[in-house]
Amino acid sequence: MEHAPQGQQHPISLYLQVWGWLFVFSFLSYLVDYNDLQGVWRWTLVLLFMSVKAALIVTFFMHMFWERLSLVYAILLPPLCLLVLVGFLAIEGEYITLLRDLYLGR
Amino acid sequence: MADQMSANRPQVQNGAWRSLVDDWSSDRQAFRVSWGKAMMWIFLLSDTFVFSLLLIGYMAVRLTTPQPWPDTSEVFALTVLGHEFPLLLIAIMTFILITSSGTMAMAVNFGYARNRRLAALFMLFTAILGASFVGLQAFEWTDLIQKGVRPWENPMGAPQFGSAFFMITGFHGLHVSIGVLYLLIVARKVLRGDYDRAGSYEPVEIAGLYWHFVDLVWVFIFAFFYLL
Repeated sequence: MEHAPQGQQHPISLYLQVWGWLFVFSFLSYLVDYNDLQGVWRWTLVLLFMSVKAALIVTFFMHMFWERLSLVYAILLPPLCLLVLVGFLAIEGEYITLLRDLYLGR
Repeated sequence: MADQMSANRPQVQNGAWRSLVDDWSSDRQAFRVSWGKAMMWIFLLSDTFVFSLLLIGYMAVRLTTPQPWPDTSEVFALTVLGHEFPLLLIAIMTFILITSSGTMAMAVNFGYARNRRLAALFMLFTAILGASFVGLQAFEWTDLIQKGVRPWENPMGAPQFGSAFFMITGFHGLHVSIGVLYLLIVARKVLRGDYDRAGSYEPVEIAGLYWHFVDLVWVFIFAFFYLL
């Protein structure tokens, strides 16, 4: 999408809508805690609301929607490597717990 | 023989640094944005990795500690009018930060609309909200310190809770505090008309990128540290 050389100027109504949705999703994630949801539902809902809020902020408030793809990919793809680290350490964590069960017999 | 070999190396022909700079730039521009914005994005990318490593480290110690992890909804509960609301303090901090993100977006918009006073005013609002966020965080820290939580110990269970809490919220709070200063400096320049003279309000947008990033990081801290 082209934008004027003057920079990132967009309708205020769009910002207000994004702002409103951020409030809604923050409130919803607070409700998850308030109603003391546990287990799969808690994880699913909290991660869902988190992802939606993060996407809204990056897309509209940080103007990624209007930036060129070269910048978008340069910034948004590298953090995906972190998922590998998350995976490694999650496996390692399970392994340490398993070792404790085996040798220390909780 | 050896002289001839090294004479063929491009580093020696053109000067080592010159060849490096020529090859990496050579009048090509990868990102068609101003250098200020590109540098801010690259800084934010590196900051993403720092915060992610703190959060992943927190995951690792929480997975492996044999001691119980404190229930954050109780630890950060507030009693209002005789009713105990779980995690209320953190919810208020979250709403303050989101509000400040909205006022920052307004400031960027007013900047590009060349409305000096409103742009500076909204940046000031943003800075005040950021400062109150840090104030509430100071309250939260005082509360936990009085409960005996330290970076190395925690009477409620796993000592790793203390280190993760102080490290993650401390590093984020530092970012908010620096952001408040940054916003005030840019707001002053807006009021003085520096950007009218320079012909571009992009520095306001760049300050906005930083501020929205601080809000973005809080979204993840709120989910992973406080809610899960």
